[in-house]
Amino acid sequence: MLWFLLRRTFLGALVLWLITMGVFALFFVTPNNVARSLAGRQATPETIQLVEARLGLDQPIWKQYLDFVRNALHGDLGYDYYHQQPVTEIIVAALPITVSLAVGAAVLWMLLGVTNGVISAVRSGSFADRALTTFALFFYSMPTFLLGLLLLYFLYFQLTLSGYPFFPPGGYVPFTDDPYEWTRHMVLPWVTLALVLAATYTRLTRGSMLDVLGEDYIRTARSKGLRESRVVVVHGLRSALTPVVTQFGIDLGQLVGGVVVTETVFSMPGLGKTAIDAINRQDLPVILGIVLFASAAVVVANILVDLAYAMLDPRVRLH
Amino acid sequence: MTDPPPTEVHDEPSAAPEHESRREPAITARSPWVLAGRRLLRDRVAIVCLVVIVLIVLLAVFAPLVASITGHGPNQQYRDTGLSPDGLPRAPSGEFWLGTDSLGRDILVRIAYGARISLLVGVVATALTVTIGVVVGLAAGYLGGVVDTILARVIDVVLSVPFLLVAIALVSIFGAGLLNTVLVIGAFSWASMARIVRGQVLSLREREFVEAARSMGASSARIMFVDILPNVLAQVIVYTTLLIPVVIVVQATLSFLGLGLPAPTADWGGMISEAQNYYTTSWWFVLFPGLALLATTLAFNLFGDGVRDAFDPRAEGLTRGWKG
Amino acid sequence: MSLLEVRNLAVAFPTPDGVVRAVRGVSLSLNQGRTLAVVGESGSGKSVATQTLTGLTRGAKVEGEAWFEDTELLTASDRTLRQIRGARIGMIFQDPLSSLHPYYTVGWQIVEMIRAHDRTTSRTAARERAAELLGRVGIPHAQERIRDFPHQFSGGMRQRVMIAMAMALDPALLVADEPTTALDVTVQAQVLSVMRDLQDEFGTAIILITHDLGVVAQIADEVAVMYAGSVMEMASRRQLFYEPHHPYTEGLLASLPTAGNGRKRLVPIAGNPPSLIAPPPGCPFAPRCPHAFAHCWEEAPPLRAVYGDTAHQSACWLPTDVAGRQAARDRLRTATGGVQ
Repeated sequence: MLWFLLRRTFLGALVLWLITMGVFALFFVTPNNVARSLAGRQATPETIQLVEARLGLDQPIWKQYLDFVRNALHGDLGYDYYHQQPVTEIIVAALPITVSLAVGAAVLWMLLGVTNGVISAVRSGSFADRALTTFALFFYSMPTFLLGLLLLYFLYFQLTLSGYPFFPPGGYVPFTDDPYEWTRHMVLPWVTLALVLAATYTRLTRGSMLDVLGEDYIRTARSKGLRESRVVVVHGLRSALTPVVTQFGIDLGQLVGGVVVTETVFSMPGLGKTAIDAINRQDLPVILGIVLFASAAVVVANILVDLAYAMLDPRVRLH
Repeated sequence: MTDPPPTEVHDEPSAAPEHESRREPAITARSPWVLAGRRLLRDRVAIVCLVVIVLIVLLAVFAPLVASITGHGPNQQYRDTGLSPDGLPRAPSGEFWLGTDSLGRDILVRIAYGARISLLVGVVATALTVTIGVVVGLAAGYLGGVVDTILARVIDVVLSVPFLLVAIALVSIFGAGLLNTVLVIGAFSWASMARIVRGQVLSLREREFVEAARSMGASSARIMFVDILPNVLAQVIVYTTLLIPVVIVVQATLSFLGLGLPAPTADWGGMISEAQNYYTTSWWFVLFPGLALLATTLAFNLFGDGVRDAFDPRAEGLTRGWKG
Repeated sequence: MSLLEVRNLAVAFPTPDGVVRAVRGVSLSLNQGRTLAVVGESGSGKSVATQTLTGLTRGAKVEGEAWFEDTELLTASDRTLRQIRGARIGMIFQDPLSSLHPYYTVGWQIVEMIRAHDRTTSRTAARERAAELLGRVGIPHAQERIRDFPHQFSGGMRQRVMIAMAMALDPALLVADEPTTALDVTVQAQVLSVMRDLQDEFGTAIILITHDLGVVAQIADEVAVMYAGSVMEMASRRQLFYEPHHPYTEGLLASLPTAGNGRKRLVPIAGNPPSLIAPPPGCPFAPRCPHAFAHCWEEAPPLRAVYGDTAHQSACWLPTDVAGRQAARDRLRTATGGVQ
C-alpha cells in the first residue's frame, strides 16, 4: 500500500515534469510578442527590451525553465505579466468556482446516469430502455456550448420574458456571500454539464450492468430467494459500479482542472475561463500554471481511482 | 471530452465456464464480418442514421450548388436585403430560406459550406488519431519490454494533459487553420485508441497463430500488421465511428471559443459563436447551425452504436434485443 | 406422494433466429431423500429444465406442471417462488468461483441467505450458523474463514462453501447443476461425499445434473438420460449401467472409460445433437443412431416400460423385451464387423 503510493507519486511527478517540459517548450520556444504588446504600440525597441528583461524573457530558454521548476518546487508559479499577481493566487481565487461547478454537476450526473443505466439494463429491450438510451445518446451528441446556449435561451431568456426571472444569464456569486444567489447561478451550469456527462454514465452503467446481470453469481443470488431489487442493487450494481467509479474519477479530475466551455458560456471566472483569457492575452505564466495544476488534478485523480478500485474489489492488490 | 464512451471492455478475464447456454441453434461458420454486416443492415436506426450522414456529405459536396440555387455566395454580405433596417439578421423567408446572420449572409449556404469543414476535420483528424493510436498500440503491445514501458508512459502523459486547454493554447500559438486544428486534435486524442489496441494485442500476442507466424520466421512488422491487426480491426472500427462525432464537436468547440478558421470561412462552431449575442432577437441564427451540428453528431453516434452492437451483440439485451 | 412431480415440462425461448425448443415434454418424479441424476450432453436441456422449475429462466415460454410440496411451481407467483428458492430448494452450480459473489466474504453471503428467509435470526446468530455450516462441510478453521473472500479458497473448498450455503436452511431438495465438473477428480469425490453425508443427515432429496456417468455411478439412485430436450431413458442406477435399453445410453456408456477395459477403445458417439430450433419430426437421436430404421424418422417414440419393469422406461422403438433388444444388438455387431 505504502509502496504503491510512493511508486505512483513518483510516476505522477514524472508525468507532471514531462508535461511542464512540453508546455514550456511549446510556449517559450515559439515566437511571441508579449513584450511588444505589453510595451504598447509606440514602444521603442529599447522599451521592449526593458520589458523583456523585467519578465525574464531575455534569459536563455533553459535558464527560464530551470528557474520555473525551482520556483514551482517551492510552490511559486510566477507572476502574471499584466498585473504582477502571483499565479498561485489566481488559481486559488478561481478554484472554488470550478470546484463548485464540477462537484455539483458530478452529484447530478451520477444520480441521473447511474439510475438511468440501471433501469435500462434491468428493463433491457423495453420501451423505457429505448427511451433512456436515446435520451442519453441525444445529450451525449450535444456539444456542451450548444446545450448551454439552449438552456440560456429557454430558461433564462424565455422564462424572464414570461415574467419568471429565476435564472440569471451567467456569472458567479460566492457561496459565502449568499448561498441562495450561489445556487441560483449554479443551476444552469450544473444542468448543462450534468446532462452532457450523464450520457456516458448511463451507457457505461447499462453495459456494465448487462455484463454483471449475466454473471453466475447473480443466478446464485436469485437462487437464494433474494428480492429482485436486492439482487440488482446489492449484487449487481455493487460489481457494475467499478468501471463507473473509474470513469467518475477521471472525469472529475479533468473537470477540477478547468471547465472551459461551460465557464465560458455562463461567464464564470473559474479556472477554465481564466485560462482562456490568459491564452488570449498570451499570459504565459498563468497558462503554464493552470495547465500544470490541471494535469496534477488528473494525476491525483488517477491515483485515487486505483485506490478506490482496490477498495471496491477485494481481489485487487495494489503494487 | 475527447474520448468516446468506453466500449464496455473488461480487463479481468471473466471465467466463462462451458455450461449450457439457453440458445444453441446449430451455428454454421460464417465470417464475423458478414454477420456484423447483416446485423447492421437489420438495424433500422443505424440505417436511418447512415442515410442522414450521406445527406450531410451530399450537402457538403454540393455546397456550390446550394449557393447557385439560392443565388447567394457563402461569404457574401447582403446588407440591403439580408439585414433589417436596424441592422439585425433577417428571419427565414422565400429569399433567405434559413434566414441571415448578423452580417447579412445566407445561413443555409453557410451551413452547407460549414458541413465541409466539420466533415473534413472529423474524418481527417480521426484518421490521424486512429493511425497513430493503432501503430503505437501495436508496437507497445507486441514489442513489449522497454518499448512498451516507454510508450505506456507516453500514453499516460498524453492522457493526463488537459486536452482542451492545451489544444486552445496550441491553436492560439500556431494560428487557427484547418491543418493546425487537425494536427492538434490528432496529437492529443490517439492515446485512448493506443491503450485499447495495446490491451487487445497483449492478449493476442501469446495465441497460437502468432506463435506459428513467429516460428515460421515472420518479421515483427509482418506479424503486427498482417497477423495481429486484422484481429483488432473490429474494435478499431467501432472506436473510429464513435470518434468522428467527438472530433467534430471538438472542432466546433475550438471554433466556438474563437479558435476556428479565420473569418470569413463558414464553420458551424464559429457560426454558433457569432450567434451567441443574437439569441434573444434572432432564434434562427443559433438554431439552424446548432441543428446541423447536432444532427451530424447524433447520426454518427447512433450509427456508431449500431456498428458496436453489430460487432458485439452481447451489448444487446439479455434475452431479446430490440434492435434485432 | 413424491416430493417433486414434473409432468410434460416444455420450455421454449424466442430468439431472433427462431424459437429454441430447449425442453420438450419432460416428466420426472423424485421422492424424499433420494438422488435423481439427470444426464446428458451440454445443450440437452437438463439445466434449463431444472432452472425453469425454480423460476430462474427468464423470457421463456413454459408449459406443463411441476408439483413440489403441494405447490405448483410453474404457475406460482414470484413471491412464492422466492420463498421456496433457498429455503425449500437449495441450488449449487458448476463453477463455484463465478457462482460466489467476488466482492463479499463467504460468511456475509451465507448470512444473507439465512436472513433473507428468516428475519428473526440475529446477525450474530446467523454468523454462528454460517461458521457451523462451513465446519460441517469440512472447511478447517471455519470460524476464521467466514471472513475470507471466495478467491481465497481452493476450487473444492469453494464448492463446499456453496453446498453449505445451499443447505443453510435445511431445504427439502438440493439441485446440483454440474457440481463437480470444474473440479479435480480427487476433489470431485470429496465434494460428492460431502453431499452424500448431508443427505443422509437431513434426508434431503438431490437432483444432480451432470454429463459425467462416473459421477452418476457414485451418487445416483435414479437416472434420467436427456437428449435434445427430451428424456430418452429413465432407470435405476443399476438398471441403467447393467441393462441399458436406449442406444443413446449405450453410446454414452461406450464412451465411458472404466477401470479394466484399458485395452478396449473408447467409442465416441458420431455426429452432433440436432438443432432445437426446428427439430426433425422423428426420434431426435435417429440421425446418430446405429439402429435407426424408417419408422424412427417418422414418429418420435414415447417413453415405454422396458424389460417388464415399470420403473425402467426408454423412448426407443427397439423391442422392449430383453431378448428382442439383445437380438438388435447382435444384428448390429455382425453388420459392423464387431466394432460396436
